[in-house]
This record gives sequence, structure tokens and C-alpha cells, in this order.
Amino acid sequence: MILETEALESRHGLLVAVRGVSLGVDAGETLALVGANGAGKTTLLRTIAGAHKPRAGRILFDGQDITAMPAYKRVALGIALVPEGRRLFTGMTVAENLQVAGAHGRKGPWTLETVLAAFPQLVPKLSARAGDLSGGQQQATAIGRALMTNPRVLLLDEVSLGLSPLAVDQVYDSLRGVMQSGTAVILVEQDLGRAIGVASRIACMLEGAIVLQGDAAALDRAQITEAYFGLQRHAARNGHAAQNGQDQHA
Amino acid sequence: MQAAPILQATGLVKRFQALTVLSAVDFDIAPGEAIGIVGPNGAGKTTLLNVLSGAMPPSAGSVVFDGQDVTALGAAARCRRGIARSHQVPRPFSGMTVFENLHVAASIGGGLAGAAASQRCLEALDRCGMTPLANRRAETLGLLDRKRLEMARALATGPRLLLLDEIGGGLTDAEAALLVTAIRAIHATGVAIVWIEHIVHILLQVVTRMVCMDAGRILASGDPKTVMADPAVIDAYLGPGSGIAA
Amino acid sequence: MNFLNQLLQGALLGGFYALLACGLSFLFGVMRVINLAHGSLAVLAAYWLMTFCNMSGLSPFLGLALMLPAMALVGWGLQVAVLNRSLKAGPLIPILSTFGVAIILDNGMFETYGANSAALGPFIGDLAYGSWSLTDTIYVGQLDALIFVAAVIVLGGLTLMLRYTPLGRTIRATADDPAVVELIGVNPHRIYAVAVAIAMVLVGLAGAALGLRGSFDPYAGGPLLIFAFETVVIGGVGSLWGTLIGGIVLGVSQNIGAEISPHGFLIAGHAVFLAILIVRTYSWGGLRFPLRRAAA
Repeated sequence: MILETEALESRHGLLVAVRGVSLGVDAGETLALVGANGAGKTTLLRTIAGAHKPRAGRILFDGQDITAMPAYKRVALGIALVPEGRRLFTGMTVAENLQVAGAHGRKGPWTLETVLAAFPQLVPKLSARAGDLSGGQQQATAIGRALMTNPRVLLLDEVSLGLSPLAVDQVYDSLRGVMQSGTAVILVEQDLGRAIGVASRIACMLEGAIVLQGDAAALDRAQITEAYFGLQRHAARNGHAAQNGQDQHA
Repeated sequence: MQAAPILQATGLVKRFQALTVLSAVDFDIAPGEAIGIVGPNGAGKTTLLNVLSGAMPPSAGSVVFDGQDVTALGAAARCRRGIARSHQVPRPFSGMTVFENLHVAASIGGGLAGAAASQRCLEALDRCGMTPLANRRAETLGLLDRKRLEMARALATGPRLLLLDEIGGGLTDAEAALLVTAIRAIHATGVAIVWIEHIVHILLQVVTRMVCMDAGRILASGDPKTVMADPAVIDAYLGPGSGIAA
Repeated sequence: MNFLNQLLQGALLGGFYALLACGLSFLFGVMRVINLAHGSLAVLAAYWLMTFCNMSGLSPFLGLALMLPAMALVGWGLQVAVLNRSLKAGPLIPILSTFGVAIILDNGMFETYGANSAALGPFIGDLAYGSWSLTDTIYVGQLDALIFVAAVIVLGGLTLMLRYTPLGRTIRATADDPAVVELIGVNPHRIYAVAVAIAMVLVGLAGAALGLRGSFDPYAGGPLLIFAFETVVIGGVGSLWGTLIGGIVLGVSQNIGAEISPHGFLIAGHAVFLAILIVRTYSWGGLRFPLRRAAA
């Protein structure tokens, strides 16, 4: 496994956002993270990238413990995050957004030319201010910016949020090339159809924990939907508790 | 024969410049009803709550509470009329005890004074299981207790409608069970509840009607289990085609 | 006719104010730090230059080669020891801590150099008071012209650096979003240290200009800070060329005020500053920051 987490726990103040998460990806694998809002997917990705400090657990990259490593050093190892909401440098042009990432990331096959080849819709917009672009173009720029650091593990948070279906298609077309090039990818995707279509493995998160994990081919939609809403699991538990006549007052 | 609704929202529209977050939402609440609101990211749930509580005015449409048009009233005025609201991230008055937090609500929000105010506070504390914590400073409370304080404080204003915004997040199973107990106790006093939540299983333990929103509209409304099994609802969360179980 | 001359003198004075203010503007644009030690640091630079000249007998222009790197080091130290920690505590703490630094510097200089005012003029001979006459009543001081040209070159160089060099892009990205810039491999604290070092070099140049064109004493930092602040606000916070315009507006206002009354110099400057501040706040929706734009 090129990237692994062991019993990772992250909080926002008092709120436990990620509890006991253990997962991993291999080179060339695509793992889709599915789950309702507040399930902890964004916090998990940010913790892996180093943007959020975990409370407990470990993160291993190539077997090396990087839990305490600051985010900018993880980029040098080969971890890149495309954050939720894109977070481009809005006052700078598309070209500058890409260039600044290229200057500080790893060297490798991804250069300005190859990134533009993967995202041709950006070519006419190179001198445009990043803040003036459409949603789809911004997403392409954000992914391109992460690619410029030549990551070995690419983390994608909510790539399709706020984009038209056509724009999402375009983004996923470009991502296909990335996935085939041997980069490990963990992506958060709300649309189950797309997640199944593009991922080799799927993990479903509920209330901070992973409740279902497996090969995309082996899981069916009904299983994932059940895990997503968590109804069966909790119905069983509450039924059990009522049977035992537990007093639930503090 | 059905009682008149305690709240009637008609044709609610909310726009933020070019973005329409609510499009023509009609929403009725019967007295004492407990309604859960679910829906994917960006559906407009919190905006609907904000418009109902008076935190923001609608771009169009009206809100009628207890037969009176409150559309033009702000949150404080609506609170005095009987609409209370809790926030997603609890916001206690730091530097004051739990009891003092409630007292502000009972005296200013609830319009009570002296012994009546204190009595209301004690009742609210009891409902929410917080009597042993009455003299604790609010900022020393843990997450569950902060959430219960939010609700107790809202309860102290003597509401007839309580709006809960994603109050279940970040709790362990045991804590969630205690929270549900508190909400059930509040509901038992006859307060109507509208509760936005992502954690569906705790909603199911309390609400009698479920509403699913998507893209600024109400997609489905009715019996909670039926709504959650509705293919259109599942599609809204997980993308087209997900609602058809394999 | 004297009026025209005062306009010209005011504009030239504006060059000095621009040079004085660009360090303050740059630091605020990149790090959102209001450095209240700005004036005192400029005075410190002037004193160091004077010490060099006294000890070596050489021209202050040669002294820059030693003083400016020393100021860069001061900047690095300031970031690591003071600003880095202050920023973690919130946006207002750097104001308090740099205020403290200013007090320490002022009193330290008083201890070291005494109360007498000093000047660098004696070390540059004719340049200190030479001038060209355009007409009978209009003249241009050589030193003033030199300082004005220096201001333009510095502002231009800074703008070019920010716009076209990799370091400039990195600085702009860090100013835009220090959290996200970490995600592309940049250590924002390292960049902040570079930015503060650059700002201190600018302050060093301002100190040199201060010493050359007039006199200074250990407590001259306070009024300098005020002029720098007014220049930045008049010209637009975070805008480099705005600093030049702000300086000119301030200088011209002050000189015209001086024509009207003996006390008019300061009052006119402050009055114009207040008027522009009010206009900016109420009609243009607040002070804008072009160097670092708000997230979309």
C-alpha cells in the first residue's frame, strides 16, 4: 500500500469528525469515498494531506510514518489535495496558479504542457484571472494545479460540486488519463453512479467511521445505499436496546 | 377534523444575487407535529430554517405563524411570538452558568419575571436532563451538554415551535441516544419541532413526518420510512439511477 | 508662482513618503501585518548608516551595501521571533507586539546615541543642498530628485518582481491563501520571512533617505510612522503605485498647507488624510486590497 491510515481520529473542537478510520490505496488504484454530509470525508482527506492535525492514529506513506509531517513536506513526498471548493489563488491567472505549483512540487511527467493537454479547455483561459472562470474551468485548474506537483497520491474532494453535468463529464474524462498513469487516487463523489464507474474500490463513511469497504465490482447499489443512510444498522441496534429495556436517561 | 396549522409558509423564494436557493417552497406545520428535513448538500434546508426563524427575510412568499403574518419580523420578534431556534455549532453565553443562560432566555425571550422565570428555567433544565449542571459555567460543557443547553435555552423562551439545525452531528451513539431522549421530552410538552439532520436514524426515532428537499424544492413529504425508501429521494442524494435497488 | 513651486516640492516630498511607505504597504499586503515599528526601524537604519560613515569616512551610498543586508537580517529575526508567534494569536496581536518593538528600539537608540539629532547630509557634500533652477522661483533639489527617482525604481522593481518572478508568484499566492499554498509545497512561514526581509530592505532605503535629506533623532520614528500610514491609506492599501500617488498627495497637501499658515504643514496633511479615509470607507465600500484579493 502506498498510502495507509491506521485508526485515524480527527476532531473539530469537541466534535469528532473522523473516528477510527483505517484504509489504504495502492499505486494505480482509485478509491471512491461515499457518504452523507458531515460523514467526515473532507476532514479525512484534509488530515491525510496534512491540512488538519489528527487526534489519534497514524498515516503511513510508503511505510513511513508521516502523521506529524507538515502539509508542504507531504507535497514533496507526493501527496496532493484538490480541496473542497477549489480554493484557487483567485487574484492570479490560470497560468500563474499552475506555475507556482510547478515551482514547488516534485519534478515528473506533469508539466504545464502535459497538464494543458489533459485539460484543453484551459488553453484559451491561461491569462484569465482564476476568480473569473466558470465552475468547470476552476475545477480543471484546481486539479491541474495539484497535478503540477507530480503526486503519487491524488486526493480529490467533491470534484462535481456546483458543476453542470457536462462539466463533470469533462473533468472525469481528463481524470481517466491520470488514473491510468499509475497515480493512486482517493476521490469524494456524491454521485454513486460515477463513483462506481470510475473507482476500483469504494468506502462508505457514516458519522465519521467507515461502515462499508470493498471492490466496486463486488458491491451493489442497494448495499451502498443502506450503508450510506445507516438505517438498517441502527434499526437493529435500537430494536435490540428496546428489547433489553435499557434506561436511556443519564 | 384537523387543527389549523401553527405555521404556514407559502411560496417561499430566497435568492442570493444570481443564485436561487429556495424556489416556491410551501410548508405547513400542525401544532405539536415533529418534522424532519433531509436532503443533499445545497438543497436549501438551512436557508429554509433561516427564513422560518426570521434570521433572513425571504425574497418572496410569506410566513404565517398562529394566524399572523410574521414575514416582516426578525428573529428576536419571532422568538417572542413563539418560534425558537438552535444553531448547528452550539453558542452558549460563555462566562455565565447554565442557569443564567436559561434565565436570559426566559426573562427576555419569554417575557417572564421573578419566580415565573426561575420556574420556567427549572422546567427546561429538567426536560433536557441538565438539572445537575445548572451551576456549571457554560464554556466548560462538553459537546452533548452544549447541544442540550442550546435546546434548553430555546425551550426557556416558551416556544410553540422549535427549529433544530443539524444538532446531531459529532456525537457518539450513546450521546445521540441521550440527545434523542431530550428532544422527545421537549416534543412531549406539545412543542412543534422542525429538525434538519443528516443522521437519518436519529430523526426516525422522533419525527412523525419527513420532508426531503433538493435544489431548493420539496421533493417528498410524508411518512418517514416511506420517504427514505422513495427512489427519487435516494437519487437526489446518490445520483440518478441509485434509487433503483439492484 | 510660489504656489507652483510648492506643488513641485510637495510632489518631490511625495517621492520620499512613497519610499518611506512602500515597506509598510508591502508587509501589509503580503501578511496583513501593520508594523508599528516601521518608523523606528527606518531611524535605526539611518543611525547604522551614520555609524558606518563616522567610522569609515566613506560615503553613505557605499554604506548601503552593509546596512541593507543588515536590515534584511533584522527582518528575518523580526519574523521568526515576533511576527510568526503574534500572527498565531490573531490579527490584532502583531499591532501590539510591533508597538512594543518600536518602544524598545526608540529607547535603545536613545541609550546608544543620545538625545542629539543627527544627519547624514555632511557626508555627501554638495548633493545635500544642490539644486537646479527651472525658473526664478521654481527649483528642483538634486537630493529630492534622486530620492524621487529611487522611489520610482524601487516601486517599479517590486512590481516587476511580484508579477514576473517565481518568488513574486509564490509571495502573491501565499498572500492570497497561506493555508492552500501549503498544499502545493510552499512553507508559508519561510515566505513570510523573505517578505519581511524585503520589507526591511525597503525600510533601510527609507532610513537612508531620511538621514540624507534632513535630521533625525531617536524618537523620530513616531511621526515617520504616521506619514507612512497616511501615505498608504491615501494611495490605497496594498497597492504599490498607489503608494506613490498617496505620497504625492500627502506631500502636496502639506506644502500648500505650509503656504497658508506656519502650522498648516501638518494640519493640512492630516485633514486630507482624514477626508480621503472617510470617502474611501463610505463611498467605495471599505478599503480594498489589490495585492491580495478576497477568495471568490
